[in-house]
Parts: sequence; C-alpha cells; structure tokens
Amino acid sequence: MTTIAERPAPTPVDVAAPAAAGPLRPLRHALALAGRSLVKTARTPEALIDVTIQPVIFLVLFTYIFGGALGGGDRTSYLQYLVPGLLGQSIALAGVSLGVNLNTDISKGVFDRFRSLPISRSAPLVGAVLADVVRYLILFCFLMGFAFLIGFRVQTGPVELLAALGVSMAFALSFCWLSVLVGMLVRTPGAVQGFMFLLVLPLSFGSSVFVDSSTMPGWLQHFVEVNPITHLVGVVRGLLLGGPVASDLAWTGGWIAVFLAVFVPLALRAYNRRA
Amino acid sequence: MPPTTDYAIEAEGLRKRFGTTQALDGVDLRVGQGRVLGVLGPNGAGKTTAVRILATLLRPDAGSARIGGFDVVRDAASVRRTIGLTGQYASVDEDLTGVQNLVLIGRLLDLSGRDARRRAAELLEWFDLAEAGGRRAGTYSGGMRRRLDLAASLVGRPAVVFLDEPTTGLDPAKREDMWTVVRSLVAEGSTVLLTTQYLEEADQLADEITVIDHGRVIAHDTPLGLKRQAGNRTLSVTPADPAQRAQVAELLAAISGEEPVALPAGGSSVPVVDDEAVTAAVAGLAARGVVVGELSLHLPTLDEVFSALTQTGPQPLANDQEVAA
Repeated sequence: MTTIAERPAPTPVDVAAPAAAGPLRPLRHALALAGRSLVKTARTPEALIDVTIQPVIFLVLFTYIFGGALGGGDRTSYLQYLVPGLLGQSIALAGVSLGVNLNTDISKGVFDRFRSLPISRSAPLVGAVLADVVRYLILFCFLMGFAFLIGFRVQTGPVELLAALGVSMAFALSFCWLSVLVGMLVRTPGAVQGFMFLLVLPLSFGSSVFVDSSTMPGWLQHFVEVNPITHLVGVVRGLLLGGPVASDLAWTGGWIAVFLAVFVPLALRAYNRRA
Repeated sequence: MPPTTDYAIEAEGLRKRFGTTQALDGVDLRVGQGRVLGVLGPNGAGKTTAVRILATLLRPDAGSARIGGFDVVRDAASVRRTIGLTGQYASVDEDLTGVQNLVLIGRLLDLSGRDARRRAAELLEWFDLAEAGGRRAGTYSGGMRRRLDLAASLVGRPAVVFLDEPTTGLDPAKREDMWTVVRSLVAEGSTVLLTTQYLEEADQLADEITVIDHGRVIAHDTPLGLKRQAGNRTLSVTPADPAQRAQVAELLAAISGEEPVALPAGGSSVPVVDDEAVTAAVAGLAARGVVVGELSLHLPTLDEVFSALTQTGPQPLANDQEVAA
C-alpha cells in the first residue's frame, strides 16, 4: 500500500555542524524568510494590485475627473502636484497587506514552526518587512513610469529622483511596522485590513496628497501639518519638482525614528505574546 | 553539553490559564530516551497546550519542564535545537513547493544551501514525496501535506519529536503510513511525544500512555497496564455441548461471584478481576468433564478504559484481546 515502510531511513546530512554563528546569522535567517515571502508574491501576482494597478487607477481618476477642477482648469499642472502625493498615499496603503499576510501566516500555524526553530524570534517579521522592499520598488517604478506616460515630468534630475526613492523607501519600511503591529494584535486577516484602512485613509486624505491644506478648517490644518504623509509628500515634491525640502525632510526623519522606536518594539512584543 | 538525564522529556506541575479557562492544572510528564509517550485526551483536555509549552511556544504559568535536560523557559534556544514539532494542523506553506518548504527550514537551521537541498531531497524521498517535490504544497492531498509537515520537523534530525495529533482527519490507510514513519523515527533513536484522540493510535505506537482530561493527568501506564487498571476483564466460556450450559454457568458464577450473562451460542460470561480466573475455569471445566467449544478472556479496549477514566458515555467495543482455550 505504501512505499514508506520499505525505505530505510535516510543517511544523515551532518546537521550537527551548522555554519558558524556569526553576527550575520540573524540577517541570513531574515533573508531566507524574505525569500519565502517573495516566492509567495511571485505565485500570486494579484497580490501586487495594490502597488501597480490601484495607484494607477487613483492617478487616472484624480487627474482626469478632479484634475481640471482642482487645478483651476490646468490638468497638467495638477498632475505634477498629484504624483508625489499619490506616491505617499500608495506607500501607506501598500503597507496594509503586510499585516494581513502575517496575520494569515499566524492563523495557519506556519509561524509555529518558525517559533520552534532556533532562530531569532524577530526573524519572521524582519524577513517579511525586507521582502516588502521589492513591492515598494515596484510601486515606485510603476507609478513613476505611468505618470511619465500621461505627462508627468521630473523637473530636477536623476539624483533627486533617486533621493526621492530613498526617502520613500525609508519611510515605507518604518511605517509598515504599524501594519505589522496591527497584524499581531487583531484577530483575523480581514479585520487587519479593515483596521488598517481605518488608520490609513484619514492619514492619506487628511494630508497634502490631493490638495493644499489652505482651504481646510483650522483644526484640520493642524492635523495636516503634523501628518507624516504630508511631510513625506513634501520632501518628494521638493525633490522632483524643485523647491525647499529641509523642513519636510527633518519632519520625515523624525517620524521615521518615531515609527521605528514605537512600532517595532510593540510589534515584536505583540508577536511574542501571541499564542 | 546538555545536562545528563534519563528522561528526554520531563515536566512537573505544568499550569497554564487562558482567561477563565484552566487549560493545564498541574501536569507531570516523563518520557525516557528513545521511548514513545502517547498523550491521550478528549478535545480541549489540554494536550496541545502541553505540547506548546514543551516546544517553547508558550510559557507555563507555573511548573517547569526540561527537554534533553534543557529548561524550556530558561534555555529555550537549546530546546529549539533539540526538538522537531509537527502541529495539529499541517503547517506547511501552501504557496511554496515541497522542496522550497524543506530547504527554507534547512536554511533556518544554518545548513548551507547545498546541504539544505540534499537534506530536503532525502526527506522527500523517504516520505514518498520526491515526485511531488516540485509542486506547490497547496496542491497536495491531506496525507501528503501531513507527511511534508512531518518531514519539515525532521530536517534538523531532532532528538525529541512532538507530534500533535498527526493523523487527525486522515483516512485509516494514511494513518497507518504515519504510524510507519513514527516507528522508524523511534528505530533511529528519537524520543516521541504523540498526542492523539485515537486510542488505537496510542495503543499501536506508545510505550506508555498519559491520559489527560480537564488539564489534569488522570492516568499514566503502559497500554496493557491501563487496560488492566480498568479491571473488568470478561471471561466467556461456551461448551461444545449446549446441554452442559448450566454446569458452565454454575462454575463461572462460583469463580466470579457475579451472576453470569448468557451468550447467544449457549455459553456464559462473567466479569473477573484476578489473573487466576482462567486457570480456575480451565481446571473446573476439566473436573466437570465439560468439553469447551470456546474460552476467551477479553481485556477492555482502550476506548472502554478511556470512557471509564473520563466518565464519558460507553464506547462501542472495537478490538478484543482473546486468550484461546
């Protein structure tokens, strides 16, 4: 009936002599786990919708439906204003799936295996975050490429474009720990998504993503002024369209530090507590 | 070096509470090196909680446990180097192929890429998954998934293997496949702690059985000892000549002190407790000149033992141990 019984146990590979336990060991584990996430992404290309088609739909909607009205009849100049803003919004939205995926992994028991292995407890989370670098790269290239096709032009140069990419990445990789934290705290993947949208939508609309805050009520202006997405978008606008970036860059750096200092330890704690 | 100990798994007074539920209420477990302990209990008895504590996934509220001499709380890293865990639900990654699943574990156990691939290949071969190795685990059948899951827990050649309900939901043929694997693990010297709801499984595989209910150990013995412990073995005698029915009934009543129950084929049966009952019956039958058609001593099945211990309803008789006349 079965062939298992007839086979002798396999000859051992010497697993008792693992590679030297250097300082790179946790990084190696995180990269192996990031590789796992990437394989999963490659197998389910539809999981990339939020970094490809979705931002493009927003771009098209806002440019062609609202662009004329918002830009005072000048769609092209609104497009210039909109693209850095949409980059900020898309980065915030793209983080949602990270928490959803981690929550799914936990509910499926995959993480039980990881937690029973002699690896750093944070390795699965760090690995998942590292794999998201690829998603943010795709987002940046896709959005910029499509924006170029419909008339967006970088007013500065390639160095500023790369700098914008760098700042966006740094922001994305710190902000996404909020999603990790929610993914650890909330019970089901669906609830993670709902909860994250609840947090991300006010952040992305209550900002300078789509319009200048000067026509908003005072209390909302205060919110917009401290909103991390406003400052990320400010840096990207300054870099791509030309203009001062120092103040927004300082704000963004501050927010990145806050995200890392607050969300990372909280997420790790929640992960360790989650049975 | 691990501290020396006779027991691969030792736990004393494990307690764990979830909210208002006392999942474990003082559980002791002991498993000798190279032995198989079956942890038996109904759903919600605390089996999985115990395994999760021993596998360092949960911290006990009270009590202590050591795996291969390493404390599961203070020396969790060493415990994780010693154990392999197969969870209640096959925790393979459905989006990865069989090979990718095993290579990932190998990489996380610090094998080189080459060694990880070699170990993956030999495990897939062993578990009869070599052909399916390049396919997504999501396309595997339930039995294949369980085998891959078990293979994943063996990548590091663990000295202690936890199998949490490894055959739940498998059909009987697939279940026996898993049993074969467990037996060969033991043959290689691994210590196995196996939780199950299936008494037959514990009976087949375990050297010793610990019965848990409501977070407490309610019995611990060998499978045979457990059956004995529940007492109430049944001695049945059917004479070759139905005319001798009354003589048989009278003899059995004298041996047991209980009123015999008439059997359909003209025999009688009585509950007996001591081991001399069979000898006494045979001698008595010979003295009376009764020609015996059939004589048997039934041990209770583990199902019956379990029902008695957990005070659930009676279970149907599954398999009897017969002593031929």
